[in-house]
Amino acid sequence: MTGMNMVEAVRSTLEAEMRRDERVVLLGEDVGKSGGVFRATDRLQTEFGTDRVFDMPTSEAGIIGAAVGLAGAGLVPVVEMQFLGFTQQGFHQLGNQLARMRYRTNGALTMPVTIRAPFGGGVRTPELHSDAFEALFAHNPGMRLVAPATAADMKGLLATAIRDPDPIFVLEPLRGYRLVRDDVPDGDHLVPFGKARIAREGTDVTIIAWSAMVQVAMEAAAAAAEQGIDVQVIDLRSLVPLDCDTLREAVARTGRAIVVQEAPYTGGFAGEVAATVAEEAFLHLEAPVTRVGGYDIPFPMPQLEDHYIPDARRILRAIRAAVDF
Amino acid sequence: MLTAIADTLPSTAEKDVMNGTITPNASASADKLTPVRILDENGMLVGEPPQIEPERLRAMLRLMMLGRRLDQKAISLQRRGKLGTYPPLSGQEAASVGTAYAMDAEVDHFVPQYREQLTMLHWGLPLSTYLLQRMGHPAGSALPSHGRLWPQQVALGAHLPHAVGLAWGMRLQGKPGVVLTQFGDGASNEGDFHEACNIAGVKRAPLVMVCQNNGWAISIPWHEQSAAESVALRAAGYGFPGIAVDGNDVLAVYSAVADARTRAEAGDGPTLIEARCHRLGAHSTADDPKRYRPADFDDQAAKVDPIHRFRAYLVGLGQWDDTADTDTIAWCDDQIVTAVAEFDATPTPDPGQMLQHLYAEPDMRLRRQQEELRSSIEENR
Repeated sequence: MTGMNMVEAVRSTLEAEMRRDERVVLLGEDVGKSGGVFRATDRLQTEFGTDRVFDMPTSEAGIIGAAVGLAGAGLVPVVEMQFLGFTQQGFHQLGNQLARMRYRTNGALTMPVTIRAPFGGGVRTPELHSDAFEALFAHNPGMRLVAPATAADMKGLLATAIRDPDPIFVLEPLRGYRLVRDDVPDGDHLVPFGKARIAREGTDVTIIAWSAMVQVAMEAAAAAAEQGIDVQVIDLRSLVPLDCDTLREAVARTGRAIVVQEAPYTGGFAGEVAATVAEEAFLHLEAPVTRVGGYDIPFPMPQLEDHYIPDARRILRAIRAAVDF
Repeated sequence: MLTAIADTLPSTAEKDVMNGTITPNASASADKLTPVRILDENGMLVGEPPQIEPERLRAMLRLMMLGRRLDQKAISLQRRGKLGTYPPLSGQEAASVGTAYAMDAEVDHFVPQYREQLTMLHWGLPLSTYLLQRMGHPAGSALPSHGRLWPQQVALGAHLPHAVGLAWGMRLQGKPGVVLTQFGDGASNEGDFHEACNIAGVKRAPLVMVCQNNGWAISIPWHEQSAAESVALRAAGYGFPGIAVDGNDVLAVYSAVADARTRAEAGDGPTLIEARCHRLGAHSTADDPKRYRPADFDDQAAKVDPIHRFRAYLVGLGQWDDTADTDTIAWCDDQIVTAVAEFDATPTPDPGQMLQHLYAEPDMRLRRQQEELRSSIEENR
């Protein structure tokens, strides 16, 4: 085990995977000499050369589209999108192109492409650097979507993504890059897709969260414990595919489910999770499945973001409402 | 790169050429490109023809004639409800076939838009597979096993970055061959075109980009699509050569593409070729060009018909005659009849195929949906 923050976990995983498989190449804006705006690719160009780590023009569609071609040429591209908010400038190259290439060629053309992007608020960024748009990316059949909350899972999910023969979108919590630090297993460490993690055991209420919201859910659970409420926290880790079995088993036990997302409320991925819980465990429910999320607005100006991002207090209120229902 | 562009600036002699006489080489000025021609409307040489074996010349005309014949048959099949929407290529035979034959389909890769039936056939796509695609049958999504033909792109210009990445990736790995991509004037106004050209230039991708400028993006004429005179001129902004050719002249297209291929193979990067041609028919079988095109369009376009021109040239060379016409039409019809028979003999798809090929390993939800579909079909039996 080695203690690492999340961005160190990204960097060391990229390094290990590039060493393991010489077909793995990195491309993105400022990923070469600069080492990425968050240093996720720090010194990798020095180590592996300009034929494996590519600085690209500011062209999100061109970069993702070029990765489709690189994959077709037999390489294993790992793309860094500088921020999730800018990924929309290449959006049509994701779901419409990358994600459906295997499908529309009857399996002839496969796309072992990994796209990584930081997302979410909490670090006072300028406009469009903080939005949590994950639901937009979950609605693209053919592309998997993972969102680790710990450095260990960052390594495990990123390594699985790079080795997977199909396209994977890895959402990285911008706030967790330096803030979240935990023990990361040394050597090969692979976390399978579609397996949620029980972050905390509990019997009264289940909170389901992903990425940066897991930490907030844990704080809320600790506060609830002081009030005698035993809260279970599930870290989804993977949004597509979704771990329906763990959701069913968890809610069958607690009978109460709260889904927490940082994204705007309406149309968010929490709705998908809530519907799944209702389908899978309806007869076990003691209270309505509820959602705690951002408000239905664009991500606000930095001085207001603390009021926008769900905090432990808002989650605690939802916990009390579920218990008192 | 700048030198290469400067090389294409017109000399005094070439300016004469622009006034309508001979065009031996690319001629350009800062805001105007005069398309290069080798054959005039009557098939007379007005430039230096490329060296092509007679048998190959005849094969080129045969493929062009197959395209014209295929349009007629496909439109008739569509009208009878056997085929879905079909994009006719008539008028673009020289732009397609000149390009296809100037490349090496044995080593090069081809990344097409959707009006490149002839180039796709040249790359080994069976005609029956092409028709199945147009019929909406999943078997029509199959690609030749050699792996050098990419699927036809429906979203305009979205394949251009793929072609760039493919070419660049092949160069990085020292793999042989170069990449050809074709698209239309409509696609040249997409953002993907710009991003693709820019990256191709920066990475010196071994890429040949052929824009078939047929003058119409469905109903929008070129002058309403762009204030620029030419697509090819845009190449200067990306640091590589752009060449305009008469797209009704198969030899001019062939020469320009062959030169571009040589450049790409030598490591000198991409070339943008604009083949100016006419779309004689509709955008697709769902379109009615009478609503937006001038009444005399068909008559004007007929005067520069690419097949007429090339046929006249081959007749002049003693490589073609009336018997060849009869034989070729019979050959075209035989190709089409055989393909339609294969297409008719293909069983309707198993609905389960719909949920195949999304991932190497389907996840739990998809497996459940496969099960659901199966049981819903059994229930309806």
